[in-house]
Amino acid sequence: MRLMFSFAPFRPTNFAAAALPDDDDEMDLDGDDVAVNSITLPGETITSSHAYMRGHGTYVDEEQVIASVAGTIERVNKLVTVRAISTKYNPEVGDLVVGRITEVQPRRWKVDANSRQDAVLLLSSVNLPGGVQRRKLESDELQMRTFFEEGDLLVAEVQAFFADGAMSLHTRSLKYGKLRNGQLVMVPPMLVRRLKSHFTTLPCGVDLILGLNGYIWVSKHVKQNEQEGEEGFDAETIYSNRNDPIDESTRSAISRVANIIRVLAAHFVPLTDTLLLEAYEWTVENDTDAKSLLVEDVGDALVASVART
Amino acid sequence: MASRIEILNDGGFRSDGRRQYELRDLAIDLSQQASADGAATITHGLTQVMVSVFGPREAKMRSQTMHDRANINVEVSVAAFSTGERRKRNRGDKRILELAATIKSTFEPVIQTSLYPRSQIDIFVQVLEQDGGLLQACINGTTLALANAGIPLIDFVCAVTGGVHLTAPMLDLTLIEENDVPHVSVAVLPKTGKVTLVTMETRLHVERFEEIFRLAGQAGKVIHAEFKRALRDRTTTLVGAMGAGPRISAEEEMEY
Repeated sequence: MRLMFSFAPFRPTNFAAAALPDDDDEMDLDGDDVAVNSITLPGETITSSHAYMRGHGTYVDEEQVIASVAGTIERVNKLVTVRAISTKYNPEVGDLVVGRITEVQPRRWKVDANSRQDAVLLLSSVNLPGGVQRRKLESDELQMRTFFEEGDLLVAEVQAFFADGAMSLHTRSLKYGKLRNGQLVMVPPMLVRRLKSHFTTLPCGVDLILGLNGYIWVSKHVKQNEQEGEEGFDAETIYSNRNDPIDESTRSAISRVANIIRVLAAHFVPLTDTLLLEAYEWTVENDTDAKSLLVEDVGDALVASVART
Repeated sequence: MASRIEILNDGGFRSDGRRQYELRDLAIDLSQQASADGAATITHGLTQVMVSVFGPREAKMRSQTMHDRANINVEVSVAAFSTGERRKRNRGDKRILELAATIKSTFEPVIQTSLYPRSQIDIFVQVLEQDGGLLQACINGTTLALANAGIPLIDFVCAVTGGVHLTAPMLDLTLIEENDVPHVSVAVLPKTGKVTLVTMETRLHVERFEEIFRLAGQAGKVIHAEFKRALRDRTTTLVGAMGAGPRISAEEEMEY
């Protein structure tokens, strides 16, 4: 990957790093200090295990804390972690994820969510058609494929974890559920930061769902009142497999936004709603269509203009 | 046992102009490959290997899942055009299966598989060009691809081939040297100096073994330095790109 723009030094993004400069921290008194925010590689010694605790991305051998992944060193009080620069998605409860059904099992679906194991979506954690209050029936277990089938895309929230670390999802909100009218873009999960809202609408008539697992759904904008349907819940549309009619301009807007995301991800630029909006405006100003965005020079120019240099 | 090719001439040069202990050109490419979680292309002289790593991810076959650690799956494929004579090797080839099994057993103690129970790590090795030191290139490429994928490793694994011509030890053999000279492949963990792999397909005099083994260990440290440089460059580039975020940064937004 060639990067054509100049880089700003890595700026502290977490409070641990920001808290570094206070010199009268008692931790700094002993000799082996942790070089916070510096880059480390597997097998490199970070510090002594007497003074610090080992966190993710490290292991202890012969009383030394040693990095096991390539990334930046972070410290929270006595805990030293290495945040890997490229890794699978590490789920946390409450995260919004976009996933794809891989398997239908008794009373549950398996969902690929770019994590180390497939996520689980229990039949009891989805909204069934016929009202939010409706209870699960035996007949629902027999017709699970009418709700979600293999290959279906959905947006969900991480509800809990099982003992083996697999995550359990839920779609018990009108915001969540089956996805249609758009396309999926996959980016490294590191590039999607936690935002106030992961549902964004761009003024070009495109809805965006930024899944924290690096799966991004780009789709046609649906008006708030249409989304809810009659009585706030429409069984027909929520599990429908059919796209709404999408006009030419919306289609090109969707593919343009999708390609912008691909270009930014190829340059490893973290995605936010403001950045995407700015990038979209840039493409409109420069009269760039979806296809020419993938030309290397155009992509480089886009990144150079929207990313902080 | 006079061969047609002079393995080591009187001036101390080998058939490709190297000295006894000189390694071949090493080129490392860590750029993103399609949908792989981590990838590396490594070139040792005229031997080139491309490795893609996927995972940890859900195991494709339920029978392969282990409840306490991740399963490592290695598949090697050799391109038909990789050798001097065009030759198609299929996946069931015994030599290729053995190569895959060797790579797997080399990395099992190095990858921290216990962090990923019930998962699977897929390592796909593509051999693009062969000119000796195939196992060494496969192992070196796999180490870099795993590190690039963010999979926790105890340490890098640095592999190198050594051989003995008459009484003269040599490092990083080419194909013609490998055909003529007894050789041994050694993979070391440079931090601790531990050895995860020693294989020999030819017979080597026991008195010569220690010397070449020690030399291979030292050569591993040299290769390690190159690995670190390549991975540090790649990581620095990515961290730099992450820092070049949107113009309106989080801090500025808070002020509004």
